[in-house]
Amino acid sequence: MSTWIGATKLVDLGKARRWGAWYVAEYRLRNMSKWWSAIIAFGIGNPVLYLVSIGLGIGSLVTKSTGSHGIEGVSYLEFLAPALLATACIQAAMDETSFPVLEGFTWTRFLFAMNATSLTGSQITGGIMIASFIRCVATAFMYGGILVAFSAINIAHLPALMLASIFAGMGFAAVMMAAASFVRDDDGFFAIVGRFIIAPMFMFSGTFYPIEKTPIYLQWIGWISPLWHSTNMGRNLSYGHQVAPWLMVVHFAYLAALYYIGFRVAARQFKKRLAE
Amino acid sequence: MIVAKALTKTYGDFKAVDAIDFKVKRGEAFGLLGPNGAGKSTTMRMIGATLQRSGGDLQILGKDPNTHGPEIRAHLGVVPQQDNLDRELKVWENLFIYGRYFGLSRKFLKAKVEELIGFVKLEDKRDVKVDALSGGMKRRLTIARGLVNEPEILMLDEPTTGLDPQARHVLWDRLFRLKEQGVTLVITTHYMDEAEQLCDRLIVMDKGKIMAEGSPAELIRDYSSREVVEVRFGSAKNAEVAPHLEGLGERIEVLPDRILIYAENGEQVLHQITTKGFEPLTSLVRRSSLEDVFLRLTGRTLVD
Amino acid sequence: MSLQSLVAETAVSIAERRAKRLGAGFYSGRQLMIIERSYKALRSSSWLVVLSGFVEPVFYLAAFGFGVGQLIHGMTDGNGHPVSYGAYIAPALLASSAMNGAIYDSTWNVFFKMHFAKLYEGMMSTSLGALDVALGEIGWALLRGLAYAIGFMAVMIPLGLVPSAWGLLSVAAAVLVAFGFASFGMAVTSFIKSFHGMNWINFVLLPMFLFSGTFYPLSVYPQWLQVIVQAMPLWQGVDLMRNLNFGTFNWHMLGEVAYFVVMIVLGLIFTTRRLTALFMR
Repeated sequence: MSTWIGATKLVDLGKARRWGAWYVAEYRLRNMSKWWSAIIAFGIGNPVLYLVSIGLGIGSLVTKSTGSHGIEGVSYLEFLAPALLATACIQAAMDETSFPVLEGFTWTRFLFAMNATSLTGSQITGGIMIASFIRCVATAFMYGGILVAFSAINIAHLPALMLASIFAGMGFAAVMMAAASFVRDDDGFFAIVGRFIIAPMFMFSGTFYPIEKTPIYLQWIGWISPLWHSTNMGRNLSYGHQVAPWLMVVHFAYLAALYYIGFRVAARQFKKRLAE
Repeated sequence: MIVAKALTKTYGDFKAVDAIDFKVKRGEAFGLLGPNGAGKSTTMRMIGATLQRSGGDLQILGKDPNTHGPEIRAHLGVVPQQDNLDRELKVWENLFIYGRYFGLSRKFLKAKVEELIGFVKLEDKRDVKVDALSGGMKRRLTIARGLVNEPEILMLDEPTTGLDPQARHVLWDRLFRLKEQGVTLVITTHYMDEAEQLCDRLIVMDKGKIMAEGSPAELIRDYSSREVVEVRFGSAKNAEVAPHLEGLGERIEVLPDRILIYAENGEQVLHQITTKGFEPLTSLVRRSSLEDVFLRLTGRTLVD
Repeated sequence: MSLQSLVAETAVSIAERRAKRLGAGFYSGRQLMIIERSYKALRSSSWLVVLSGFVEPVFYLAAFGFGVGQLIHGMTDGNGHPVSYGAYIAPALLASSAMNGAIYDSTWNVFFKMHFAKLYEGMMSTSLGALDVALGEIGWALLRGLAYAIGFMAVMIPLGLVPSAWGLLSVAAAVLVAFGFASFGMAVTSFIKSFHGMNWINFVLLPMFLFSGTFYPLSVYPQWLQVIVQAMPLWQGVDLMRNLNFGTFNWHMLGEVAYFVVMIVLGLIFTTRRLTALFMR
């Protein structure tokens, strides 16, 4: 063993306090990098598959039925694009908040190991969130690029669409993090969330057809779904779908509120569970 | 009951078990002792008819496990090194379903399961899921599971590794009772005290070969002295002091953290050390154990 | 405790009675015991999870059949009769959900039991053989698939999505499709060693699900892509069940049934061999 410096001199507590969340994020990103090939393959493969099969396949049936003016004056592909981008961001961001939280509390308990260093509960929450944000942004770039390549969106609209999608991704990721932090027995958590929350959200948020065509008793799913808020906003920002200005504000505010509340609840629950 | 001749298992160039011979008699407790990687578990799996041998001959109850796997396994109870209990099932269901795997009738198993739960003292835990059990309880449940088919041979791979001292003693007690019932036990372990407590006869294995065979007492008599003195002078000084102690006792072993001196009378040796002017930081005189046998046979300690 | 209980049949006599039969080394005829195990495990698992397998295709049906269906007109069955978009995709969704359920049970579930729970290790140290384990696990997947298929039918019929009485046979076809995928999926899983490898299974399944003519006829594709899709098992299942649903019969359907029989047999052979190799060598 080399010379022993000792923790009192070795650990700069001020630095650890300021940058703690970033150390957690670094760990998460390193962890993610083991899966980089899968992340890229899914990041690129998924949009291409959905665009070709749903966009072009169903699109051709829609065009045959509705004529060349399509839906709301644009092709089915352009109609679909904002929803697909938001879905991808939501999926990527929530993967990085829900799995690690469940893993860290119940499977490998790595969160407790982190907490045994000078890191605090809210730093850990923040670090996981930072990593999730980075993955979300990377996904938005990959997916967005492909949408442009398929001429599903105009490149001039891309930044605004990406912003709307990242808002949805982070809002939902924060809520999922809060939910996962309460799970003690993971028996089927992902099956239940996937099939009772993600699937209806994906299908009833005006993703594949205008939300007005959903029966009124199912429309509420869209209203609470971050996917609809993001998609409606995105459609306005890309091809000029009619949305009242006050509603645009509501969309943004709703997603921001989801993020804020989700994050606060998660941070509080983290603190509580780490102290158990 | 078990006869092995030149039993061999190779993985590519690596000889996990290298032409070993041994016999296990009905009703005895037979031990395989050795460090991790000695080939104990591989030998166990070949006896358990879940691993095909690469060479040599093996007969279990007069049958060849390579060709009569299911029949031989029907005679055996297996307690693997890592518990592989069914986490989705409750305690009693684990026993019940395992018995069903042997094709035993529900009626028979109903009674058997209750009897076994009583035997391993898990009455209070009958209806909980396996996850809620402590390590010692899981181990006991695994042993009960191995008994559900009333086996002639019970095979235990490292039965008490990772258990606290109290849990170990409860387990040993249950195994003694089984032995009294006439069940043949085959046990692997790297704990010397366990082998001394449980085994009538054992083989010491290292690197796939048998180093010695006999009862614990015989092995200690043949390969060690009556007593051992352990002295520590601090990790930097042990090697320095050792040459000055040559000639004391029958034999000296220098380990990185301590020096062992084998002698008939330990107190006497300790006295000689201090008269020579050396003051050990700590010293201990104890009876010789299988640990010392192993050190003698291989030049290495058993648990690194 | 008495170890000498009075039982007419002991494990030993049961095993010895079977010892002379063909395949005694890897089959003991006790796959039902594995199914019994799964049933006991199910009773202590969450009912929400069980229910969730049923709602997924229903959501798809609602969203695409009635939502997207409002944008699409002029779908026809094999004989050119007009059908609603919902009736067009419903049998295909039944086929896809049979595939998804069977694949889940035979891949992720099996992988977990094999590498983490070490369940098969325990099973194989009794007098069970590899084929018992394979048949038992697949049998359980089929029972589940059957239950979900009946549940989905119970939604389709009142909605008027099953125009022909032959459509009821779709339930049997769903079990056949599930059997094929479960058997093949288990064979593939038994060769995979890491979680990472498991991810690639999904990577193959998603395009198959999206491209196999579930949501639109193959005629929207170029010729070369049509040929590839038609070679895929899911398309075979979709075509079979769509024809049954509309009561339009043709000779292709025999070929489609044969396709799944081959899948089942190959899957069982490879699974049995591989499990024997994994746990016996």
